[in-house]
Amino acid sequence: MAGNRKFIHDHSAHCESGVMSLMMRHHGLDLSEPMVFGLAGALMFAYIPFVKLGGMPLVAYRSMPRAIIKGLQKNIGITMKMRTFSSVAKGASALDNLLLRGEIVGAQTSVFWLPYFPEEMRFHFNAHNLIVYGKEDKDYLISDPVFENPMRCPVKDLEKARFVKGVMAPKGLLYYPQHVPSSIDFSETIPRVIAKNAKAMLKTPVPIAGIRGIRMLARTIGRLQRKDLRYAKLFLGHIVRMQEEIGTGGAGFRFIYASFLQEAGAILHNAALTDASEMLTQVGDQWREFALMLARAIRAKTGASIDFVNLQTKLETVADAEAEVYRKLLGTVGRT
Amino acid sequence: MEANNVPQQNISTYANNKKAMYATNENGKYTVVSSTGWEVEEIATKQALAELERLAEKAYRQVVAGEFSPLYFHMYERRMDLQTLSQATGFFKWRIRRHLKPAIFSRLPTRLLARYTEALGISAETLCNLPPLEKYGR
Repeated sequence: MAGNRKFIHDHSAHCESGVMSLMMRHHGLDLSEPMVFGLAGALMFAYIPFVKLGGMPLVAYRSMPRAIIKGLQKNIGITMKMRTFSSVAKGASALDNLLLRGEIVGAQTSVFWLPYFPEEMRFHFNAHNLIVYGKEDKDYLISDPVFENPMRCPVKDLEKARFVKGVMAPKGLLYYPQHVPSSIDFSETIPRVIAKNAKAMLKTPVPIAGIRGIRMLARTIGRLQRKDLRYAKLFLGHIVRMQEEIGTGGAGFRFIYASFLQEAGAILHNAALTDASEMLTQVGDQWREFALMLARAIRAKTGASIDFVNLQTKLETVADAEAEVYRKLLGTVGRT
Repeated sequence: MEANNVPQQNISTYANNKKAMYATNENGKYTVVSSTGWEVEEIATKQALAELERLAEKAYRQVVAGEFSPLYFHMYERRMDLQTLSQATGFFKWRIRRHLKPAIFSRLPTRLLARYTEALGISAETLCNLPPLEKYGR
């Protein structure tokens, strides 16, 4: 379904929720980035020590890449067309055909190969999302939601970025909506998605996800004293990057979700959701304090001057406070 | 976090870009605030970049000393490690380790070199040599 309006770029905190918000708005469904994030049930925490990315264990504050697209599809009744390609040529011509039809197209890319990213931000991360909304000469017109302004990217470079191999390889993934409802029954949808997300955080069967995942990470930090100092510091830095650097809107998506709860509270005239939003904002502030403590530890000259147990205690406090928010949410939106 | 507490520390790793942050205004309502960066994030990013540079510099010296082929340096210089390079080229790690030996690397057929130049995004000429000393000779 090609939109009939001119595409409007906007600055978002996170790539995937930003892309989906821009795309929904283009197709006439006004959903903010926090609403997209919340309705997709994308808030998470996972610490998976046996999955390594760039030599560091996986630490995630949100659900898997593509989970926002898929979650939104499942929860609010949009239909997305998602296509991957067996060759660069097929992927490139499919994109060009969609653009000729007037479609704005979501694409999964690798950050490292996008020339408009500054050198300092280029790492091998293969699940970066952006919108291609046009083509001029040898450039694609790009709306990358984590940048303030629209960008241009040479055709060859975008092809490279779409077809890198490796973990989470995009395989040229393109996506666009085939059906977007004109409105959503929020009174039914919002309680359901909040309850589901809160349950996922509180009642995980595995110790590496949700609140239990946060506690497991805390214990790992407490044991870092025994590790090589360089590794210990890189590990702490890695946590800060996953929480703040990768475009989370601050505090590892906790502020985005608090914004969603606030908006949801206003839509449903539910004061308890507004209260939960304030609680989560405070939890987010604690996550930021934790990040600050980690940054100080990275700067410490000697291992002896880093109090790892203190870091562990702080993170356990954060886990307690966050669990409290989910319990309140479950009490509010009921047992659906 | 309140909007007026959103850090605006002009951090170098943003290279004059801004990131969107979610913060509450004076009425407690969430808004999007453009941030020029937080020092905490800069410390973490710089630490990661310094580590990549350290590995590339160390590799440079080892290549000069004849312990490894130039591929070893270029792998780190392109911000990869053995695992990433293996996934990007489709070569098994043991095969790449073999290609890291100077004697074996110098005899690699163009066909195999092309897999590396493609994955690393550099020319064969660059791949088979080391860049001048100034940047990496420390």
